[in-house]
Amino acid sequence: MAREDVLVTADWAEENLDTPGVVFVEVDEDTSAYDSGHIKGAVKIDWKDDLQDPVRRDFVNQEQFSQLLSERGIANDDTVVLYGGNNNWFAAYAYWYFKLYGHESVKLLDGGRKKWELDARDVTTEVVKREPTNYVAKPLNWDLRAKRDEVEAAIGVKNLIDVRSPDEYAGRLLAPAHLPQEQSQRAGHIPTALSVPWSKAANEDGTFKSEEELRELYVGEAGLDETKSTIAYCRIGERSSHTWFALRELLGYEDVKNYDGSWTEYGSLVGVPIALGDEPGTK
Amino acid sequence: MSDSCAAPDQDLALPASVDLEKETVLSGTVVNDEGELVQGAYVRLLDGTGEFTAEVVTGEGGQFRFFAAPGKWTLRALSRYGDATGEIEAARGVNETKLAVSR
Repeated sequence: MAREDVLVTADWAEENLDTPGVVFVEVDEDTSAYDSGHIKGAVKIDWKDDLQDPVRRDFVNQEQFSQLLSERGIANDDTVVLYGGNNNWFAAYAYWYFKLYGHESVKLLDGGRKKWELDARDVTTEVVKREPTNYVAKPLNWDLRAKRDEVEAAIGVKNLIDVRSPDEYAGRLLAPAHLPQEQSQRAGHIPTALSVPWSKAANEDGTFKSEEELRELYVGEAGLDETKSTIAYCRIGERSSHTWFALRELLGYEDVKNYDGSWTEYGSLVGVPIALGDEPGTK
Repeated sequence: MSDSCAAPDQDLALPASVDLEKETVLSGTVVNDEGELVQGAYVRLLDGTGEFTAEVVTGEGGQFRFFAAPGKWTLRALSRYGDATGEIEAARGVNETKLAVSR
């Protein structure tokens, strides 16, 4: 898969704002960013209200996803261009959903909202209205999603990539440093997991690094075994969607899964092995 | 506790649930050449080895806030007015910094 099949540049986006069959979607946890100004024609998806099940601790199912996209006026044959804040974490997470539910053509806007803002490109507060569609999502593709038992079985067997910050990996911090640290789960990482913070895959302006730089990062520096399957995780699965995108969509590794339960689930499990400190640890 | 990893609104007051006896807070404001508060600046926290740790976006008050640990940290701000870098030796409690961005 080529970079241009999965990523669009800000210049491309600006030239295709009115192209029929191209739908821009802003994905954020806090949609006040969208309301204060968004890319012209973009519809919004709220990470929490639209993509998470309101009752169970899980994300929306096939029917809920179909209903959401129908309401937003997105058709099965549209090319969806996703972007958002936080260096595209939520957009990457949504990208993963679109792939989980079998959408054919979906891309990320490289650099997301951050690059768009730093470039001082136009945003608008115009209300976007699209006609509803009859979107039909495909059954969830489990080739892309890892669950806890599979993760525990992967210790010392598959590549496990921990994409949190080095201090979270080592167990010195329990959450990203912009959040308070009071947590119920244990600190540390899954034994044998390699530490490759998500941020290493991105440039300072939020765009993804080149494929050459990414391959050097994961294989050269971190020691990812290219002959093995890979599972990426973080704290709740957003930052690891970003890395999942880099590994599967940009570098083209076939068997890469995102463990969306991530550390909030794993670090709360009774009896599972945990490694502390800066080293991966052993099985 | 937030359900996601996104940065909360940086203009809000420090939540009452935050225990300053335990937390190490790095906070401050971003200003431009004219001394005006900069909204929408991207502020990153880098650890003692220069590794990325977290990033927030300043709100209307130009404010940012991180929850870290005592020690040496670097703050890096990017904005449409330019960039800034600041070093900080943090202790438990609140540590205030001002970042002046310029081209």
